[in-house]
Amino acid sequence: MHFTNTLRVALRALRRNTLRSLLTALGMIIGVAAVITMVSIGSGAKAQVEAQVASLGQNLITVMPGSYSSGGMRGGFGSSVSLTPEDADAIAAEVANIDGLSAEVRDRNQVLANGLNWNTNVNGVGPDYPYVRNWPMESGAMFTEQDVKSLGKVCVIGKTVADQMFPNEDPVGQTLRIRNLPFRILGVLTPKGFSIFGSDEDDVVLIPYTSHMRRVSRRTSISMIRIQAADADKVAQVKQSVEDLLTQRRRGREPDFTVRTQEELASAATATAKTMTGLLAGIAGVSLIVGGIGIMNIMLVSVTERTREIGIRLAIGAHGKDVLTQFLIEAILLSSLGGMVGVAVGVGGSQALSSYNGWPVLVPTTWIFISVAGSALVGIISGFYPAYKAAQLDPIDALRYE
Amino acid sequence: MSPVVKIQDLHKIYESGEVPVHAVRGVSLEIQRGEFIALMGASGSGKSTLMNMLGCLDRPTRGTYELDGIDIDELDRNELADLRNQKLGFVFQGFNLLARTTALENVELPMLYGRHRKVSMEKIRERAMHCLEIVGLANRFDHFPNQLSGGQQQRVAIARGLVNEPQVLLADEPTGNLDSKTSVEVMGVFQKLNEQGITIVMVTHELDIAKYCRRNLILRDGVVVRDEMVADRTIAEEEMQRIKAAEAAAKLTHQAKSGA
Ligand SMILES: Nc1ncnc2c1ncn2[C@@H]1O[C@H](COP(=O)(O)OP(=O)(O)OP(=O)(O)O)[C@@H](O)[C@H]1O
Ligand SMILES: [Mg+2]
Repeated sequence: MHFTNTLRVALRALRRNTLRSLLTALGMIIGVAAVITMVSIGSGAKAQVEAQVASLGQNLITVMPGSYSSGGMRGGFGSSVSLTPEDADAIAAEVANIDGLSAEVRDRNQVLANGLNWNTNVNGVGPDYPYVRNWPMESGAMFTEQDVKSLGKVCVIGKTVADQMFPNEDPVGQTLRIRNLPFRILGVLTPKGFSIFGSDEDDVVLIPYTSHMRRVSRRTSISMIRIQAADADKVAQVKQSVEDLLTQRRRGREPDFTVRTQEELASAATATAKTMTGLLAGIAGVSLIVGGIGIMNIMLVSVTERTREIGIRLAIGAHGKDVLTQFLIEAILLSSLGGMVGVAVGVGGSQALSSYNGWPVLVPTTWIFISVAGSALVGIISGFYPAYKAAQLDPIDALRYE
Repeated sequence: MSPVVKIQDLHKIYESGEVPVHAVRGVSLEIQRGEFIALMGASGSGKSTLMNMLGCLDRPTRGTYELDGIDIDELDRNELADLRNQKLGFVFQGFNLLARTTALENVELPMLYGRHRKVSMEKIRERAMHCLEIVGLANRFDHFPNQLSGGQQQRVAIARGLVNEPQVLLADEPTGNLDSKTSVEVMGVFQKLNEQGITIVMVTHELDIAKYCRRNLILRDGVVVRDEMVADRTIAEEEMQRIKAAEAAAKLTHQAKSGA
């Protein structure tokens, strides 16, 4: 038979049972829509993690206290956490190809200003910190090396703190009290949003780390050192030099620090997102299989129910092959039309999710093709057996079928 | 001229049940082009079985069958399908139209297969429409079977049988479910087709329907017991006029009554 004629015959058959065709296709629609939505959520999450990792800064290397080298277990025990400002100074002085470096001490404190108070992150950092974190000032300026040396009572604040403490005025030049000590606000940072760990990066007050250690937290060790390598291909070398230097400074003691590059951090973070995407796609794939079984089921019912029709067709000259193609095309049409509608529903659903829940979703175009091709394949696989069964019927038996 | 149908010592034994049924027991028959045959016999005498073999739908258990000079025993499944498509037209017992499919699409069906595979849809449509005109149903082309009367469905089935210009038209009880007036209509169509040269073989239980044909065969227990030419054929057109006159008369008396 002419292919367009076969197509016409198949379309007529589907139209004769519009409701059933729709219900059958619904299985496919739901399956494909689920795949598209799940994959969109997964890749959206992955893209967001990647963006957040990038927002940490460029060519970044972090040094943290404690050794995580042996399977994530903290080694060197008994040795108190011991990353010191001197370590940071030594790195700055001796390691080549460093663009910027900042020690960092973290704490949480109640801050007061303007008759208001607010519990926020009070971090002690160096003057390079905004540069290393790729985090420019919105207004005012960062404190300087001089402020660090003189244990200056100065600070810069994040956007959230600025909004909370100074809703109606310019915070620059005002005073913020931390542990009852007045800190002059030198500047406000640009908004940065949420970190990989979901915390608000803008909810922060930055003061010189020296002031932090002596005046505020009274700590002797620092929380981390952030280093920016001069160039992307210098990162590995800088990391090595830092490790060597710190090991040397510890004079044979167990290494009690961890040096990580941004890439290592990124791959750890995106690995989780990838696993999630795979898991979601797997769940969605199961619903595709269920949709395929639905199509096979309906096609089998349809073959039995239309035995007489098949008999008539065979009696008036259809070859087994004609009947086979007709039923196969019916199955493929059902599944791939279902697939296409499913893509539309999936894309729409993802957009809806992102606008209602604020989830980051990203519809990958390759998955659209994979879904449509996949649903056609499901149609071929699930339609073949029923179609084959129909083609094997004997015309006279099929005509007699009640 | 060679006969269009030539069967010799044809047997059919159904082995499906517990006891084999010997439904046709040695039928030999020659049918010439242009014949119009009525196949009669009691229920279960093997008429449908014989028709199915004539229609190449079922293979005989024994015996030979030549259709238009072709020995059908040598053909495979697909060749048989092509033969049915090109040389035979079927009007099945009980219409066998596709449900929820318009009259026109039902008539088009045989043209979707066989040597017509390459024909364009427009040509197919045109030819199907022409056949609906022959049976007088052109105005109902877009109706579904369930919107047509029994006689109209039967005529759609006849149009479908005609659409590939078959050499032999096989009809199993084409008037079985029809009232007498519609039966006459259908027989009228058959007589017209026969006059145009189509060979027709039909099964019927009714003697007066058999009278429209040229030759009557009577089957009993799977063998032909009588084979005779019809002496005084009924002509459908004349019969139709008689019926109309009778109806008009009935109407007149009815009107006279109600007027009085
Ligand atoms: N598929 C079959 N399997 C077994 N026996 C069958 C089959 N078809 C028909 N028969 C038997 O063959 C015999 C002839 O049946 P057939 O249908 O040819 O009769 P028929 O003359 O057409 O009867 P009717 O006038 O009732 O249609 C019957 O005894 C019937 O029971
Ligand atoms: Mg019968």
